[in-house]
Amino acid sequence: MNNAIVIGAGPAGVSGAISMAQQGFKVTVIDEYMKAGGRLLGQLYEEPTGGWWNGVKESANLYNSALALGVDFKLSTPVSNIEKIDGQWVVYTNEHTYTTPNLLLATGAAESPIPIPGWTLPGVMSVGAAQVMTNVHRVKPGNKGVIVGVNVLSSAIAMELKIANIEVACIALPKLTKVSEETGNPLAVMNSLLNVAHMAPSQLVKMGSKLMKNDFLKKMGITFYPKKGMKMWDIPIMLRKAVIEIYGNNSVEGVVLADISPSGEIIPGTETKISVDFVCIAGGLYPLAELAALAGCPFHWIEELGGYVPLHNETMETVLDGLYVAGNITGIEGAKIAIKQGHLAGLTIANKNYNGKLEHEIQDALKQLNSTRANAFIQFHPNINIGKQKLQQYWIKHQQDIKLVKN
Amino acid sequence: MTMRIIDHPVLGRLNDSNTISFTYNGETLTGLLGESIAAALLANGIRTIRYHEESGTPRGIYCNIGHCFECRVHVNGQQGVRACLTPLEENMDIISGGKLPTPVRDWRANNE
Ligand SMILES: Cc1cc2nc3c(=O)[nH]c(=O)nc-3n(C[C@H](O)[C@H](O)[C@H](O)COP(=O)(O)OP(=O)(O)OC[C@H]3O[C@@H](n4cnc5c(N)ncnc54)[C@H](O)[C@@H]3O)c2cc1C
Ligand code: FES
Repeated sequence: MNNAIVIGAGPAGVSGAISMAQQGFKVTVIDEYMKAGGRLLGQLYEEPTGGWWNGVKESANLYNSALALGVDFKLSTPVSNIEKIDGQWVVYTNEHTYTTPNLLLATGAAESPIPIPGWTLPGVMSVGAAQVMTNVHRVKPGNKGVIVGVNVLSSAIAMELKIANIEVACIALPKLTKVSEETGNPLAVMNSLLNVAHMAPSQLVKMGSKLMKNDFLKKMGITFYPKKGMKMWDIPIMLRKAVIEIYGNNSVEGVVLADISPSGEIIPGTETKISVDFVCIAGGLYPLAELAALAGCPFHWIEELGGYVPLHNETMETVLDGLYVAGNITGIEGAKIAIKQGHLAGLTIANKNYNGKLEHEIQDALKQLNSTRANAFIQFHPNINIGKQKLQQYWIKHQQDIKLVKN
Repeated sequence: MTMRIIDHPVLGRLNDSNTISFTYNGETLTGLLGESIAAALLANGIRTIRYHEESGTPRGIYCNIGHCFECRVHVNGQQGVRACLTPLEENMDIISGGKLPTPVRDWRANNE
């Protein structure tokens, strides 16, 4: 019987496992977390068509479908390394070593930190940490907090905190430093924020969609952006204030906010304090691809995909024989897209083992993926398609180089 | 004071029937069977779970999903266990990680 291992039980990995199991594969899914679902677990938002996208439920559905098809899960099992030995992929975990000819990497994404003074105090956490505490574990990260970093994810999670009756005093920018770069520059943030405009039934939308089409107006928008912020779901979004310090003795007691210029410089004398008991840092997401690097995959930096991604083709094959990727390891996008990518990767793996008899199904899966991407509700980068095209160019170039070497 | 979200307008009521006891730095606390150690501690209002190995400054969870290693604690004698990835079990003996906190009360003003 054909077999495969999937690393990562998020939406991409579990969907890939389901597709392979449906094709008669024996599949093992390994994940270090205690529950299957990955970052889908914490997601909660109202769909434009009505009804809620409830990550806990969606994760349970995927997990149960996989179990019903005989997929084996090894949860609470971190993978520390992978390597190829004698044509087989060897997967190392704490206790066991697994081997397989077909390995799917679906390790998802991680959050970038933004170091600002005081950020190691207990009570400071990534915005994703607050999401998981609130929606998965059902524990409040605190009673009143501030979110540092204005982006798609922080806006979405601010709303989730609000639904759970946790007060968010404001979402503000981080102090501008070399490290915080774009996240601390009001104009750059304004640009990227226009991606969330459709999620915000507020002034920001109107400003965003109508006025912000050209650079001059964007600059005007940020120059005259109200100092007290504009409200989204009743939470002030401050593009002209930055959190310059987090203070507290043994845990967070508050933050210092200051007004900033359109390019992010602090305006002296404008510092004010807000008392809070937690702070969320939202530095954005990048693909978590260490295992692909250990395996020896070539990587490319593609801004639109969120960082370094392992080289792969449209149907999720890497350049290494028997190694495939799906989900956020290929670029930062929402869970529905990860599901489609997982399905596609699963079919590609099965197709390789069945001498190409699933070509038709693969074309179908590709179409589904593209239409899901075109209709995505949450988009982390507006030019995701451009990023995908760039990667395809690298792939074509790589294939040509191989031919040259062979000839 | 509990930090638990019992009733949630979308996710519904929390199933908190599986309450168990565990100890943290010798103190007996309660939590829910199978939740993460990090969640159980936070539900009890505990934020400091490690002391930095060199500076001794307090640390809490940061990423909550296994990436940052800020949440390492000792569990039943085993060192370096990530609190955010480890499910809580009955009678677990959990001790904060890193430098051990001073066993005697510290009277300096910032430790009030
Ligand atoms: C903190 C955070 C919050 C997010 N919130 C949202 C949101 O609100 N809405 C939205 O649309 N998208 C959100 N995303 C984007 C999210 O990545 C996608 O929606 C989707 O979950 C990606 O699916 P995936 O299967 O590729 O990866 P994931 O869902 O991230 O799953 C990857 C899995 O791999 C496991 N893993 C990774 N490395 C290893 C290893 N070495 N050993 C064992 N297991 C490993 C992880 O434990 C995880 O369970 C968020 C991402 C992050 C990081
Ligand atoms: S909080 Fe980051 S690893 Fe546990």
